[in-house]
Amino acid sequence: MVHFSSDGRPLPTPTPITAPYFDGLVKHRVVLQRCPRDGYFFYPRGRCPHCLGDDWEWGELSGRGTVYSFTVDRAGHDPALSSRIPFAIALVDLDEGPRLVGNMVDCDVADIAVGMAVEAAFEDVDETTLLGFRPAL
Amino acid sequence: MGKRSAAIVALTEWAPKRVWDEPMFTMEACARLAAEVLADAEVDKGEVDGLVINGLRESPMFAPSALAEFLGVRSNFNEVVDLGGATPAGMVWRAAAAIEVGICETVLVFTPSVPAPPQPGANGGPMKMKMGAYMGGEVWGSPQGQFEIPAGLVAATPSFAMAASRYMAEYGVSEETLAKVAVDSRYNAQANPMAVFCGKPITVDDVMSSRYVADPLKLLEIVMPCYGGSAVLVTTAERAARCPHRPVYVSGYGEHLTHKSITYAPDIVDTPIRLAADRAFAMAGVSREAVDMASMYDCYTITVLLTIEDAGFCPKGQGGRFIDEHSLRYDGDWPLNTHGGQLGMGQAGLSGGMSHITEAVRQVQGRAGERQVPDCDIAYANGTGGMLAEQVALILEGA
Ligand SMILES: [Zn+2]
Repeated sequence: MVHFSSDGRPLPTPTPITAPYFDGLVKHRVVLQRCPRDGYFFYPRGRCPHCLGDDWEWGELSGRGTVYSFTVDRAGHDPALSSRIPFAIALVDLDEGPRLVGNMVDCDVADIAVGMAVEAAFEDVDETTLLGFRPAL
Repeated sequence: MGKRSAAIVALTEWAPKRVWDEPMFTMEACARLAAEVLADAEVDKGEVDGLVINGLRESPMFAPSALAEFLGVRSNFNEVVDLGGATPAGMVWRAAAAIEVGICETVLVFTPSVPAPPQPGANGGPMKMKMGAYMGGEVWGSPQGQFEIPAGLVAATPSFAMAASRYMAEYGVSEETLAKVAVDSRYNAQANPMAVFCGKPITVDDVMSSRYVADPLKLLEIVMPCYGGSAVLVTTAERAARCPHRPVYVSGYGEHLTHKSITYAPDIVDTPIRLAADRAFAMAGVSREAVDMASMYDCYTITVLLTIEDAGFCPKGQGGRFIDEHSLRYDGDWPLNTHGGQLGMGQAGLSGGMSHITEAVRQVQGRAGERQVPDCDIAYANGTGGMLAEQVALILEGA
């Protein structure tokens, strides 16, 4: 579910299952579930998407990863984000395995490339924190 | 030899329009499409005993029964298919499979995409086709609403752009080669009076100089959303033999999906069409070389490149070379989307996906007019839904 920030930006509405992940982001930490057989997975859910086991535990990740792919939205596909264009959306493979999506920040969109090393960048918006990425130092 | 139990015998299709000035309830659109496709088939309505739809705006629940009631049909097979752009191809094989197992004999398959008459109290006037960018992902508990929408990964173009971006990095293809897909499609559209871009040919330079919408995809590599509608009739081989047009057997089919949001695709440049197409070709007992024309879902240029490769028409990574080396025009050496594709004809909602099937049927039936591919007996048609997610492949063979 989506709600909107004071400046009109779409924000996630956590569920009882996903709340620990979003609580981690508020503390500027990347916290995901780890299955003892299959490792970390994303997004949070009650059972591992590989084995359907429920014996996972929450664990903290490095926040480091690699750009698997990206695009630059120049049209404002979400009218609620049209004031932010051009902005980059990246699929990032975290070093610990899972792939997730976030905005690239703190860089020129022209400098983003597939395969570039990135690190987590936490964007505080109202009471929520969004996970983005910036080029790794 | 592939399946010979069920055949597409007739079709009807409305010219896509950006603005639709004749609003209709979905049920009314289905009634008009049914009358037209039954006339094309010379089949009496009383013979219809199956209905396949995507849903009905006027009856979000109990849709098939609402339609049977509205059309006055006594129906033995009632199916709602929810596969995005792959819905029409998914509808056709479900109808054929239902006929093969013997639960029904003659099935109407509907893809209406028209606006409803203005609701009292709401703002009226002609409507432009516009899909909500969130596509339902905003509901409570939706993963997409929590992870993709806040990142701006909405609508479809950014997802396909990321597939193109990854492809360029992993295998390499020039933007000019992708542009050629749009140019050849537009050439074909010049021979299709129903195409929104009939009368408007384009060049590679035109595509290259159009603005970036989501890098690396540019405006002229992206379909134009439209309104429209279409239907096909699928029936038994026995009944098909008594219809006026050449029966088109649904001789092989396959379907595959793994994800909704592209974030979770196992590999965004190895699409589910590979397994769907492998199954369809194996079922039909047909080689890739035997295909006389291909009708590939083309919401974007990159979709066509990935489909050419993953459906097995060339080795992985060679799609760019394949596009450069072949003419994809109706009078070329590798006719593709001879109706202009959705890139040239317009994407009339679900009817856009059906246009790949109606065109393949026209070609196999020998009624494609100016753009007829000579001696067209075997067509490959496919649908791509969502974010390179739902995929369905069909082999269509003339009797
Ligand atoms: Zn597991």
